[in-house]
Amino acid sequence: MVNLSDLFARNGSTCRPWPRVSVNEAEWTGLCVELAAGRLTLSALFGDSGAVHMALLEEANGRLALASLPCPTGAFPSVARHHPPAARLERTIRDLFGLAPVGAPDLRPWLDHARWGVRAPLGAAIPDAGAGEAYPVLPVEGEGLHQIPVGPVHAGIIEPGHFRFSAYGETVVRLEERLGYVHKGMEGLMAGRTPEEAARIAGRHSGDATVAYALAFCRAVEAARGVAVPERAHALRGLMAELERLANHLGDIGAICNDAAFAIMLAHCGVLRERVLRASARAFGHRLMMDRVVPGGVAQDIPTEAIAGVKAMVAEVRRAFPALVRLYDETASLQDRTVGTGFTKPDYVRTFGAGGFVGRASGRGFDARRALPYPPYDRLPFEVPVRADGDVNARVWVRIREVEESLGLIIRLLDTLPKSDILAPVPAGGGEGVALVESFRGDVFAFVALEGDGRVRRAHLRDPSWFQWPLLETAIEGNIVADFPLCNKSFNCSYSGVDL
Amino acid sequence: MRKLLLQGLLKAPLTETAPDDAAVEALARELDAAARARLGRSLSIREVDAGSCNGCELEIHALGNAFYDLDRFGIRFVASPRHADVLLVTGPVAKNMAEALKRTYDATPGPKWVVAAGDCAINGGVFAGSYAVTDGAGAVVPVDLKIPGCPPTPVDLLTGLLALLKAGKG
Repeated sequence: MVNLSDLFARNGSTCRPWPRVSVNEAEWTGLCVELAAGRLTLSALFGDSGAVHMALLEEANGRLALASLPCPTGAFPSVARHHPPAARLERTIRDLFGLAPVGAPDLRPWLDHARWGVRAPLGAAIPDAGAGEAYPVLPVEGEGLHQIPVGPVHAGIIEPGHFRFSAYGETVVRLEERLGYVHKGMEGLMAGRTPEEAARIAGRHSGDATVAYALAFCRAVEAARGVAVPERAHALRGLMAELERLANHLGDIGAICNDAAFAIMLAHCGVLRERVLRASARAFGHRLMMDRVVPGGVAQDIPTEAIAGVKAMVAEVRRAFPALVRLYDETASLQDRTVGTGFTKPDYVRTFGAGGFVGRASGRGFDARRALPYPPYDRLPFEVPVRADGDVNARVWVRIREVEESLGLIIRLLDTLPKSDILAPVPAGGGEGVALVESFRGDVFAFVALEGDGRVRRAHLRDPSWFQWPLLETAIEGNIVADFPLCNKSFNCSYSGVDL
Repeated sequence: MRKLLLQGLLKAPLTETAPDDAAVEALARELDAAARARLGRSLSIREVDAGSCNGCELEIHALGNAFYDLDRFGIRFVASPRHADVLLVTGPVAKNMAEALKRTYDATPGPKWVVAAGDCAINGGVFAGSYAVTDGAGAVVPVDLKIPGCPPTPVDLLTGLLALLKAGKG
């Protein structure tokens, strides 16, 4: 039997702040059994040249460790065989590195649509015609069933993905997702770059969570190099992260109601979201605050006059938001669409370690800001709202409560801004670092390995949606096809973040 | 809800004035002369995310909010390429999306125009050089107008789209 304490007890890890240790095949499989038993949560599973890494989270004790298995024969024992949440991650490892999961339940490719002109691009990089190939969707049998293929180009202004609905009349009996359409090869692009260059790519894994992604990447780099980030930079990072959370939640609340044909919420929430983006632009020079979190600190300080602007924005949201919440809560026709729709089982949420509003609406209260605290949250009081009802309505309410918490955090951060530098130098050199950062959508995991010259050897960022997308397939089951946009929007998973 | 609706009637609109003419003029000049004659005073746009990080989509969405109110210019987003005059392409064009983009273009009736929105759609942006992208929309479909930015702000996007309309009037 192997558990997290055994990994912590071993010497020789150069990874900070959490250890990474090599294990053998038996120990690897032992850890898979621990995952399947629910004693550990799978936080990440990713490939490397000739090895696979697994990040394991022990929620009760708020700690994390990485287990690495060398793969000299180009194969590793499947994790998904024991623990289904690993399935798409393993398929990705095979597509990008050519390492084969032995005994895996699903051998179909995931990100590789046979279009790149190369197979295993981060591994052996075998040339390929790039002509594309058919993708076998899971078979569905039964009288009266029909299939509805949707995407990758959708009707709205959203990211591309393919959804295959198998329906019995109006009722969905199975949804199968096929993603990978926006694969940009980001991990290949980050390798060989300086941390500063790679941070720009890290921040574009998922544009809506650019602050959280850049923060996760930079925290991993800073851990690897032992950089002490100035206090003011910590506070400004927190401020940006909360502005990002606020803008996204406001946008989501409006958009979910709009998908239930209640457009007035979208109009009003859209106005509030725009006010947040404008305040962010005045404070940090970019509406989405891209490239503002950099290795060592932040790229730009907040001008004194912009502090008043952010506070005015908070006051305006506090004035206008309660009426919108009442409108949401008291409109029977809207509640009829959201209550009971898209129920996500608490068991699934626990098994998958789903974070963000998806997890917290179904009883999993995990929040990286609280569970593995990092500055500035280690000194800030805030509530983590949790509900047990698990439907679209619950996911809306978690967002509503988080909007209120973020408003409080923004004011507190502004009122207690420390005076110090905003950027510490990152000395060139090697090392490994990991970080877990709470984006508006859930926890983003980052692993960075730096070469001796300070360049990135390998960087991996795991989007929270890896563990949310599969649950969307379960949430729609038994619902009508017309409720899919509503369920989908209430999850608001990232495509770009998981397509890499 | 009545109170909210009533306030909407009584309060001044949030909608801002259109971007200044000089910028629109400059972009309009870039457009092909043929485009000028063919476009009317309205535009139907089909947005295609061809590998964006979704940052561009956020700002394209913002065009619909009360501050920018795209509809007042006769510009609207449509659900099907069959109804579109313009394809608004974002992203460096992931190779996995190239065929879908080409098919969307082919499904759009002529005359049609392609707008590359954002640095990625123009030349691949930060993703240029990857094995998985084509380094811009131009590699897959002919591009008529480029709107730079990472992402372009709603004002940038509005300026570019108004240039298309302006070209139509000229």
